[in-house]
Amino acid sequence: MPAPQCASCHKARAALRRPRSGQALCGSCFCAAFEAEVLHTVVAGRLLPPGAVVAVGASGGKDSTVLAHVLRELAPRLGISLHLVAVDEGIGGYRDAALAAVRRQAARWELPLTVVAYADLFGGWTMDAVARSTAGSGRSRACCTFCGVLRRRALEEGARLVGATHVVTGHNADDMAETVLMNFLRGDAGRLARGGGLGSPGEGGALPRCRPLQLASQKEVVLYAHFRRLDYFSEECVYAPEAFRGHARDLLKMLEAARPSAVLDLVHSAERLALAPTARPPPPGACSRCGALASRALCQACALLDGLNRGRPRLAIGKGRRGLDEEGPPREPQPSRPLTSEPVPDF
Amino acid sequence: MAAPLSVEVEFGGGAELLFDGVKKHQVTLPGQEEPWDIRSLLVWIKKNLLKERPELFIQGDSVRPGILVLVNDADWELLGELDYQLQDQDSVLFISTLHGG
Repeated sequence: MPAPQCASCHKARAALRRPRSGQALCGSCFCAAFEAEVLHTVVAGRLLPPGAVVAVGASGGKDSTVLAHVLRELAPRLGISLHLVAVDEGIGGYRDAALAAVRRQAARWELPLTVVAYADLFGGWTMDAVARSTAGSGRSRACCTFCGVLRRRALEEGARLVGATHVVTGHNADDMAETVLMNFLRGDAGRLARGGGLGSPGEGGALPRCRPLQLASQKEVVLYAHFRRLDYFSEECVYAPEAFRGHARDLLKMLEAARPSAVLDLVHSAERLALAPTARPPPPGACSRCGALASRALCQACALLDGLNRGRPRLAIGKGRRGLDEEGPPREPQPSRPLTSEPVPDF
Repeated sequence: MAAPLSVEVEFGGGAELLFDGVKKHQVTLPGQEEPWDIRSLLVWIKKNLLKERPELFIQGDSVRPGILVLVNDADWELLGELDYQLQDQDSVLFISTLHGG
């Protein structure tokens, strides 16, 4: 069975079937459509106004590689400038190779790059050190929880450092749908309600964040990278196999096989969710230590670091966090520096 | 009786990690009674190329969901998926979408 003609140009042979519409397109018509859709997401959602200095969270992986490439194509039309910000989590053997990919991209696309390291931002804590501290009795599952919170903070710090007005990340529709499933399965109503929309407007002094690829499927992100011959890093993080997300991903893939629209349907479901008044969390305040947006006395990043410095890393996760306020000062005299405006190395 | 086929099999997007990190494999599929299709190619790959954790590449008689298949740079969904009949000198690319981000 030969591939049909491209449904757009009617000249070339089609190279893929689009997951949502089933439309068969050739490689170049698909890439043009993909870029036009990201442009539409950004413009219709008013995500990045003209003049914006945009920090692109760059990991070297497929999503951020595609995001940076597409935004670079669109930057003249949007009137924005881009700055890659990469985070070095301190994961031996994994992050070094990924950062090398980011450096190659920055050089090839002539984009400025700044790397911020956990070790510099978080009082010497690298992810490898966190993993050692949480190792044993199944606690290493928590690695991705720590890393997610710390990476978000590190990206914010890096973006401020380069004078960015906006932060963008490469999350795609599949990532968002997995997160929706995970929040449901954990009964995390607060996150479910906050997770909708294409980003956050920047409450409490945080930079506005958005996800321009949020409506693009994983398959299309990967095929865009393929047809545009983009070079990206594709090894799995050494800590990821233990994460809960893997189960959500498998479940989502099964649902998608039975119902191709399941991924986007989940994303849209989350956007439409509204919490009953009694379930609404209190309005967020400021972290008493670093000033970042927080729903408790300490923001999540400071709470996690506090638990680590006390030698009780689980305290800050889930319900254990309630015990934090009653605890005394840290037992271990770990070097603990405030998180704000630390000088970090610029590469 | 179908004649032997010379086919290029390539792995990318992290799928190559299950094949000793080798991306491109030039393979010769032996002559057999039935024509070679992707379904029988997968059985051959599992037996001859796959080095570790086969469940991360093959589930049932197909690829694990989340692995894309391109035949001569075209999505196998346009070509009949498992039933696509391989031709001599075809190139088949498997790209994992499941790694990193």
